[in-house]
Amino acid sequence: MSYMDKTTGIPEQGITPPIPDTGEMPDREWRKDDKTLTNAELTLEEQDWFCDARPTPAKPAWGPVEKFYNWARANSLWILAFGTGCGAIELRPLVTARYDISRLGMQPRPTPRQASVFMIGGYVSIKTLKRIVRSYEQMQGPKFVVAVCSCAINGGMYWDSYNTVKRIDQYIPVDVYVTGCMPRPEAVMAGFSKLKELILAGKAEGQNLYAEKFDWYKANQKQVIKDWNMPDYNW
Amino acid sequence: MKELYDTISLQFTLKDFHQQKPNLAFATAEKQQLIALLTYMRDVHRYTHLVFVTAVDWLEENRFQITYMLHNYDIKADFGIRVMLDRDKPVMESIHHLWEQGRVYQRELHEMFGIDFPGSPGVNEPMILEGWQGPPVMRRDFDTAKYSLETYDHRPRDTREPESHMKEKLYPED
Amino acid sequence: MSLVTKLIWTFISLGIVTIWGLTLTGIVAKIFARVQGRLGPPVWQPFIDIIKNNAKRTAVSHGIMFYLGPVFRIAGGIGTYMFIPAIYGSLYFSNFSVSGDVFLVMYFIFFGQLGMALGAGEGGHPYSAIGVARGLAQMTAFEVPFALSVISLAVQYHTLNITEIVAAQQGGILSWTLFTNPLAVIAAMIAMLGMNMYNPFSVVIAPQETPIGPPTEYSASFLGMLATNRGIFNAAKMVLFMNLYFGGATNLVEMIVKTFCIYFFSVFIGVAFPRFKTEDAIRFFLKVPTLVGILAIAVFLI
Repeated sequence: MSYMDKTTGIPEQGITPPIPDTGEMPDREWRKDDKTLTNAELTLEEQDWFCDARPTPAKPAWGPVEKFYNWARANSLWILAFGTGCGAIELRPLVTARYDISRLGMQPRPTPRQASVFMIGGYVSIKTLKRIVRSYEQMQGPKFVVAVCSCAINGGMYWDSYNTVKRIDQYIPVDVYVTGCMPRPEAVMAGFSKLKELILAGKAEGQNLYAEKFDWYKANQKQVIKDWNMPDYNW
Repeated sequence: MKELYDTISLQFTLKDFHQQKPNLAFATAEKQQLIALLTYMRDVHRYTHLVFVTAVDWLEENRFQITYMLHNYDIKADFGIRVMLDRDKPVMESIHHLWEQGRVYQRELHEMFGIDFPGSPGVNEPMILEGWQGPPVMRRDFDTAKYSLETYDHRPRDTREPESHMKEKLYPED
Repeated sequence: MSLVTKLIWTFISLGIVTIWGLTLTGIVAKIFARVQGRLGPPVWQPFIDIIKNNAKRTAVSHGIMFYLGPVFRIAGGIGTYMFIPAIYGSLYFSNFSVSGDVFLVMYFIFFGQLGMALGAGEGGHPYSAIGVARGLAQMTAFEVPFALSVISLAVQYHTLNITEIVAAQQGGILSWTLFTNPLAVIAAMIAMLGMNMYNPFSVVIAPQETPIGPPTEYSASFLGMLATNRGIFNAAKMVLFMNLYFGGATNLVEMIVKTFCIYFFSVFIGVAFPRFKTEDAIRFFLKVPTLVGILAIAVFLI
């Protein structure tokens, strides 16, 4: 398990941009202005269905209150498991009697609206990435991402695949990586306890990071997702 | 299985008979006779189950091979019928009227090998690769590692030689 | 006692009952976990969940009706409780009990689910619609034996006032409805299984089959509101059953012990049995419990 490891050459936020992050995005046809998205890839009828607002960073509450909230968040992690690969199988032992994450206040949640931890279990193909982006954006913040398995970190055994993205942190902000192929349930639980530490320390602000660097994330996503047939930001 | 091959050979042009197991055999058929042969196998010899349809890319010989694997539930035997296609113009007749599930295989082959099956329902829709714009991916002249390195950003990797690394770490003053 | 003091006391008792209801949910979750061989969440987990849900920084709304869904739901929960005298003979915990309040309470039990149906419908999620359809169908089914049981009580005690029904049961265990009218109690307790939505009648809020039922689209503080309501509603229902069938309570401790025991009935069943499909649940409610309910009325009419 490594959290934004210095030795792998990843900076503190876990990101090295493939597109230089100059603030001036070259490709701007999906941005109407600073607050509005165009949803240009959708049909006119579909544009009515979806929201066109950009995400905005949410301010944390006043110090001690935020600390209290963070304590509640850390002790009530509701998991949205995205079983993209073999790592998804690791969540099942976690909820059964042997490991029993419910004693830590965690429970699997079937809908992104109610979950607070997004658990990506394995390699991410382009088709999956679309669903990941949609599910991630539908979650209500503060939201955290735990990526399990080596495939989610650097492509793993699919490093030379034509259809697998190698670094999820270029497309959505990732808080904790759990290494292993596949990691044992203990390793996954260690990852969750690391996430807890981060939340308690107030460092797990992936939602705000996503909102601040929205242009950069979107550009990366649009670079690999060629048939973008979904709204630019899913509420 | 040899008897079956001989029986079919009376009506159809077959070659390259190959008995792999007592209940598994292959033979190569002519492209023009394939639909008739499959219908004949299904209706007369009771090879009623289409197990799979798959393709092989013979790059050096510049041709595709499509294999139709049929299964007979009565005698529990499999018979694979191979067809060779020209690699430059890979078009094959559709079998979706014989087996409904054939169109799924044909859709997959169209996506993965670029083999066209005119008339097969939904054959042009993407199956796994949504929005794929490159060449058909299972063709052997498509270099997947090269494509991956060019298209996706790879996480930088640190490799250390154990001896020098530990030396540096433990005895930095040396 | 002036109306204002009464209101203040009602809200104090509402607070107590909310805390008790949520603790009850926590205890039950723990019991379920222990039966399944797990350690289970801490007893105060429902409170943490509610705090966390309310502390979410964003919440998505699909329109006014969507917004009002949880409001109706919690209004149903509070309304149910407000018209039940929580403690018999207590000046402070008798709430707004009036004559004929049994019908009002029964209406309020239904009200929340209807509001939720409208709200969840506006969310536009197909699973919400499925969950609502299942919920309403099951609710209509278990209302039948419950209503029959209440009618049987009305025939027995010649009143529709909960306070009077409790008063009629005073004077020893043997004067409880449980012993004077066992048929009505059987019908009502089976209806309670459906009301509490534990197994075998839990398909409405089944977490994995139709993701979480009606509240699929509800997030953040909406969900917190629904969870709070679950606490209030659970406790209110138990208090109602205690008043109608188990002789009411004369002090707070008695109330807590009795409601816990009544709730335990549905927990016992829930731990031991698998889930009914919706249509099977409806069929179940409309067969034996309904017959028992009719019999309970017939006994007193003849």
